[in-house]
Amino acid sequence: MREFLLGNEAIARGAWEAGVKFVSGYPGTPSTEIIETLATRFPETNPRWSTNEKVAFEEGMGAAIGGLRTLVTMKHVGLNVAADAFMVFPYSGTNGGFVVISADDPGMHSSQNEQDNRYLARVAKVPVLEPSDAQECHDFMIAGLELSEQFRSPVMLRTTTRLAHHKGLVEVGERADVPPREFIRDPQRFSVPIYRLIRRPEVEKTLTAFAEYAETCPFNRIEEGADDKIGVVTSGISYQYVKEVLPDAGILRLGMTFPLPANLLRDFCAKYETVYVVEEGEPFIEEFMRGAGITNLTGKELFGVIGEYSPGRLRKTLGLGAPPEPFTNDGVNLIMRPPMFCVGCGHRTVFAALRQLRVTVSGDIGCYTMGALHPYEAEHTTFAMGSSIGVAVGLEQAGHENTVAIIGDSTFIHAGIPPLIDAVYNRSRLTLIILDNSTTGMTGSQPNPVSGKDVMGQQAPQIDLEALCRASGVENVAIVDTWDRKEVVNVIRRAVSFKGPAVVIARGPCQQIPEIKHSHRIPFFIHEDLCTQCDACFKVWCPAITRAPQNFPVIAANECTSCTVCAQVCPTDAIKLAEETA
Amino acid sequence: MKTYNLMFAGVGGQGSLLIAELTSLAAVNAGYDTKQTEVHGVSQRGGSVETHVRFGEKVHSPIVTPGEADAVVGLEKLEALRFAHYLNIETGTVLVNDHELVPGSVPNAESIYPRETIDFLKSKGMRVVALPASQTARDLGDARMANVVMLGALSTLLPIEQEVWEKTLKLRIPAKYLDGNLKAFESGYDAMQKAI
Repeated sequence: MREFLLGNEAIARGAWEAGVKFVSGYPGTPSTEIIETLATRFPETNPRWSTNEKVAFEEGMGAAIGGLRTLVTMKHVGLNVAADAFMVFPYSGTNGGFVVISADDPGMHSSQNEQDNRYLARVAKVPVLEPSDAQECHDFMIAGLELSEQFRSPVMLRTTTRLAHHKGLVEVGERADVPPREFIRDPQRFSVPIYRLIRRPEVEKTLTAFAEYAETCPFNRIEEGADDKIGVVTSGISYQYVKEVLPDAGILRLGMTFPLPANLLRDFCAKYETVYVVEEGEPFIEEFMRGAGITNLTGKELFGVIGEYSPGRLRKTLGLGAPPEPFTNDGVNLIMRPPMFCVGCGHRTVFAALRQLRVTVSGDIGCYTMGALHPYEAEHTTFAMGSSIGVAVGLEQAGHENTVAIIGDSTFIHAGIPPLIDAVYNRSRLTLIILDNSTTGMTGSQPNPVSGKDVMGQQAPQIDLEALCRASGVENVAIVDTWDRKEVVNVIRRAVSFKGPAVVIARGPCQQIPEIKHSHRIPFFIHEDLCTQCDACFKVWCPAITRAPQNFPVIAANECTSCTVCAQVCPTDAIKLAEETA
Repeated sequence: MKTYNLMFAGVGGQGSLLIAELTSLAAVNAGYDTKQTEVHGVSQRGGSVETHVRFGEKVHSPIVTPGEADAVVGLEKLEALRFAHYLNIETGTVLVNDHELVPGSVPNAESIYPRETIDFLKSKGMRVVALPASQTARDLGDARMANVVMLGALSTLLPIEQEVWEKTLKLRIPAKYLDGNLKAFESGYDAMQKAI
């Protein structure tokens, strides 16, 4: 049977078919749909959202050495968080099959950097599989678990945005019954630090075995060329672009990109006059080939390291015709349409307050990075998950004493607690705003420990953020309704002027949480008799408020979430609940 | 057979992803190899959304190359303009919903929003069909169905039988919205027949 599946759905389907019995991960574009699919369609795989990628990875390690086939999912930067465990796992090796997804984001569609995690895998000495389409996302998921058990090693399945977020036809199968393997207490294997000197040679033995396997493995495939002029070495989605642009070229498609097959590469390249190495991201394959003494190749100096590849880009690079460009400089103003806070988003009042208070703001990872943009321009640094707090503490040391750190609830739970304790311990007078919308918003409303729900939508223990901050040593903790705009300003002002660490929890649920989104709300309505067209409501920057032909503001009734903020700013009280005006 | 290349453009929340998916599923149901991919920014709503669909005997890249699209379907005029360079100018058609959404996240957007999209694209030698899909959908009772009106219009340009479209809509659209959407599809189909 064939299904039309997203790359991520195909991975989920493969994991289910392979008999996976434990799945953990943290939401991150472009990996999120894997666990979402498992939760909605394949709950037998026992999926969960963990608090962060390190925790997810460690839970997965435990499940795998305990004997279960295991999948752990994360985006590329998530693997940085999990790296401590990732680097040491090969020293013990696994028991049940263990695959970690690294979903890389060439083009940085939804990421802060463009790191190529094949390098991290090489540092960790973990083999890497790279599928080229949705079918292979499914097939390599299954094969990766088998390989992991065969070599007793963790395996990385590396996807990229275009693979994870494209749909194609996938031949699917049924779920296999894979009984758990027995866990035998074996400290010489699993207590790595004590027995590291015994384990270290084992890592090299496994890697050598993988390198031999790579020479003949089914993941690497040769397609003969029409002649001996051009050969192409490629991997991942780039393979598809090569098939479009150079249909007659000989191709070595590498489905396993670490370890790489030196002999296979040498033999392939010897058959062609020129070899192009077409790989998105860094010159990972190319550097290996040069190291293996191959000289008739052209790679990054031609194709570049930045951004996504495409058939058009390859065609242009190879001088086969440049596709037309957008009408940017053609007598027409092709204005951008940057993303913005949703209708009813509770972050709006907080950024309006921060702009008004003119404080320096150290931001974090979430929808609220948009606080740096027009019209707020009230976020001045942003780096990585949880960085807001440490950076604010550092800025304070550099003389910027009124720096405010701002972080969402999910990101705070993920990486904000150790730096908050650090701020208290090191006598910072940090002000921390936690935007508590009780979900992981930017990746599409995944529940987290403050949501009171788990990945299956079932009730779950709910972490009390206020008690957590107090227990971390912050005495000044205030909670404010995020849609009460005056109170938001007052509470933040008081926290900033406080001579010690202070936390403001700006609370109100994300309007994209499905139950909230589909709940019945009475919209607001602008009474034209009372409206003086002062435009104060436009300064709320709510996408539901637009201008009617007679210049009156108008609220889209089917979009209004009844958050009340526009009614709060109206000086003539012209904005009323639709019912009142009826 | 040739491979069909389609580009769908709209604003987050307009449902361009849904009509791209319906097109893909119809192509799958008609027996074609099909690939689809979308590009959207960090937020859930309000940004540009582009979706690529390709179908034929054997499809490799999910990405459409600029200059090769058989149709560019714009659910909003500025977004049609943004992706119009994807059109195969010799053989393709720009289908545009005659509807403007001024970006809220750009300073002075109302005064700098390009108003002459359709004339501009025609001046570039493109075949442009503008349909009042939002108005049609509103008249049918739900402005959100503008996307399916445009899908009905697109269906006239593709080698997929009407029964397959109907079957695809029935499989994908929830029962309580199905009747309205079938009507929206038909309206788009009829409007396109009249326009060409």
